[in-house]
Amino acid sequence: MELLSGADMVVRSLADEGVEYIYGYPGGALLHVYDAIFRQKAITHILVRHEQAATHMADGYARATGKPGVALVTSGPGATNTITGIATAYMDSIPMVVISGQVPSAFIGSDMFQEVDMVGISRPIVKHSFLVKRAEDIPEVIKKAFHLAQTGRPGPVVVDIPKDITDLSKKYEYHYPEKVRLRSYNPPVKGHNGQIRKAVELLAEAKKPIIYAGGGVVLGKASEQLTALAKTLNVPVTNTLMGLGAYPGSDRQFVGMLGMHGSYCANQAMHNADLILAVGVRFDDRVTNNTSKFCPDAKIIHIDIDPASISKTVQADVPIVGPVDAVLDTMIRQVEETDTRIGQEALDSWWRQINEWREGRGGLFPYDKGDGLILKPQQVIETLYEVTKGEDTYITSDVGQHQMFAAQYYPFDKPNRWINSGGLGTMGFGLPAAMGVKLSFPDSHVACVTGEGSIQMNIQELSTCLQYDLNVKIINLNNQALGMVRQWQDMQYDSRYSHSYMESLPDFVKLAESYGHVGMRITDPAKLTSAMEEAFSLKDRLVFMDIQVDTSEHVYPMQIKDGNMADMWLSKTERT
Amino acid sequence: MKRIISVLVENEPGALSRIVGLFSQRNYNIETLNVAPTEDNTLSRLTLTTVGNPQVVEQITKQLNKLVDVVKLVDLTEGAHIEREMMLIKVRASGPLRAEVKRTADIFRGQIVDVTSSVYTIQLTGTGEKLDAFIEAIGQAQVLEVVRSGVTGISRGEKVLSL
Repeated sequence: MELLSGADMVVRSLADEGVEYIYGYPGGALLHVYDAIFRQKAITHILVRHEQAATHMADGYARATGKPGVALVTSGPGATNTITGIATAYMDSIPMVVISGQVPSAFIGSDMFQEVDMVGISRPIVKHSFLVKRAEDIPEVIKKAFHLAQTGRPGPVVVDIPKDITDLSKKYEYHYPEKVRLRSYNPPVKGHNGQIRKAVELLAEAKKPIIYAGGGVVLGKASEQLTALAKTLNVPVTNTLMGLGAYPGSDRQFVGMLGMHGSYCANQAMHNADLILAVGVRFDDRVTNNTSKFCPDAKIIHIDIDPASISKTVQADVPIVGPVDAVLDTMIRQVEETDTRIGQEALDSWWRQINEWREGRGGLFPYDKGDGLILKPQQVIETLYEVTKGEDTYITSDVGQHQMFAAQYYPFDKPNRWINSGGLGTMGFGLPAAMGVKLSFPDSHVACVTGEGSIQMNIQELSTCLQYDLNVKIINLNNQALGMVRQWQDMQYDSRYSHSYMESLPDFVKLAESYGHVGMRITDPAKLTSAMEEAFSLKDRLVFMDIQVDTSEHVYPMQIKDGNMADMWLSKTERT
Repeated sequence: MKRIISVLVENEPGALSRIVGLFSQRNYNIETLNVAPTEDNTLSRLTLTTVGNPQVVEQITKQLNKLVDVVKLVDLTEGAHIEREMMLIKVRASGPLRAEVKRTADIFRGQIVDVTSSVYTIQLTGTGEKLDAFIEAIGQAQVLEVVRSGVTGISRGEKVLSL
């Protein structure tokens, strides 16, 4: 058997786990590990400019590939800088392993230089965490970390390793386990057949059914099954912000995203439905609005791998705990065996109603196109779609109005192509996430839709992009204000713009150029398409498109606080 | 409604903090808590009492079950069970009250486990309500110090919480 030091075991274990990339930043407590990285070739290490970006890169990689992302950071500030990234992954159930250095075991608790209780600080935002006590445990702990991160409901796992454990002078027998077993951790592998039968019976009786599908379908790799079931039954489908792409966005049965900024059609269809088939969702407050008024006529079938998600905010009539792909497989089989279909007459009338909701307002997300002199942010996203739809394209976003516009106006036909921080709402996520995607999909288009507020939260990563040729396209919807904050201030605070404007914005074109990239400023609507085409044709360059958009635009529809699903503002003056 | 939840936990450092942290993180109550290793030294058994409506209690048990260190749990209040709490109470016992305190302790089947010329230390076991009742019953005498173990419990009959 091979003899390896603790540091070499860390790196070898990652390689044996199949890790291709580590995103990280060195420091005192990790120097042994960084030396081990230097002496190997199996894993590529990407040096970020801030540890938060390392976690977001790992996160973007995980969301696009479905495999766990890995971040490597030193103790103290290195570790605390990852907290936002870990929380982002936790809220959206993203598989991630964060390895942090720690002060030597004997000094833990002594307030040593760069010491922080990483396991303690990260406890509420991890699926699980480990403090490695013995070097010989490293391979098993790492195996367990990956097992936990990617099975069941995925999530981030922290492995904190004291410096003495990675000592290069002490060698141990290395063996990477093929499997690990945790007696207290047994995620479900299939759904309950009886419950699935009850669900199918409810489907047979439904007159106004809708499928409400979320991030669980993307994470559970069940898009195919979801689409097949929806097609067989010919029912409308709405996706959550996290679920976009789980069902093809350009398909006729798709009624748009639902929720706070969901389409009029999707929110009306939900509110009026008599049966909701909820798949891989968690009835989040940004979807349900006031839960006591939520979909009064609907029976609810809820499929999720996490029993704690079921009946947490909205009571399910038929709960089904299990992996969404396996449950949907069984459901499709039962639907076929029993020849279950929605009654034709009822279904026809339901579709007539839905099409009225859709067409009556001129499409899923109608907007005022203005006089054509000022660029509308919605138009930028529509153009982005037109320019990129021929290619396999990944869109990441930051958080705010631009995020909602991207979600509304870019139809995602495949899962894993829409990458955003839905649960935590982390500004600064978009650029590093795009970098993580681009590294793994160098031949695909990767665009980060952002705003001048969000992009400045991790702008330093433009430097990392140059170092590693991460030629993403940055679509900066620049309205010179924190748009979503200002929208709320318009609607609820009589337009008192408390600290929601940005004075002294940098010249983003020069900024991009100073980092060695291409910068473009776009103000003329007539030149938008050609500029964007040019940007995407520059395959080996990062292009920062600073697009000056209407500074007063709001995102609509917008659910009215404390109302039901279908209580919405439809424009600045019009409400349901 | 009061619930007694009994949890088998991996006997690992940090396991207790994950459980206690979960309660504060999710805004659940812990009224009492006790924890000790079991006959299997890889496991600890933790008993906690909490108050909440059925939906909240359901969430508490589901969220506890999600913790990787939690091996198994049972809501004892869902079935027939035995509930016990131990109290050590130090009472001023001099003059005419000295006999009265002794009598009250006898009625509650308490044991006087330490005696000085002016102080009794009484050990009493029972449900939380019984311990409360005792403190009320000796109301005349001056209570110097009270220490309670928190509730522990076990199911009646054949039902067991084990691996």
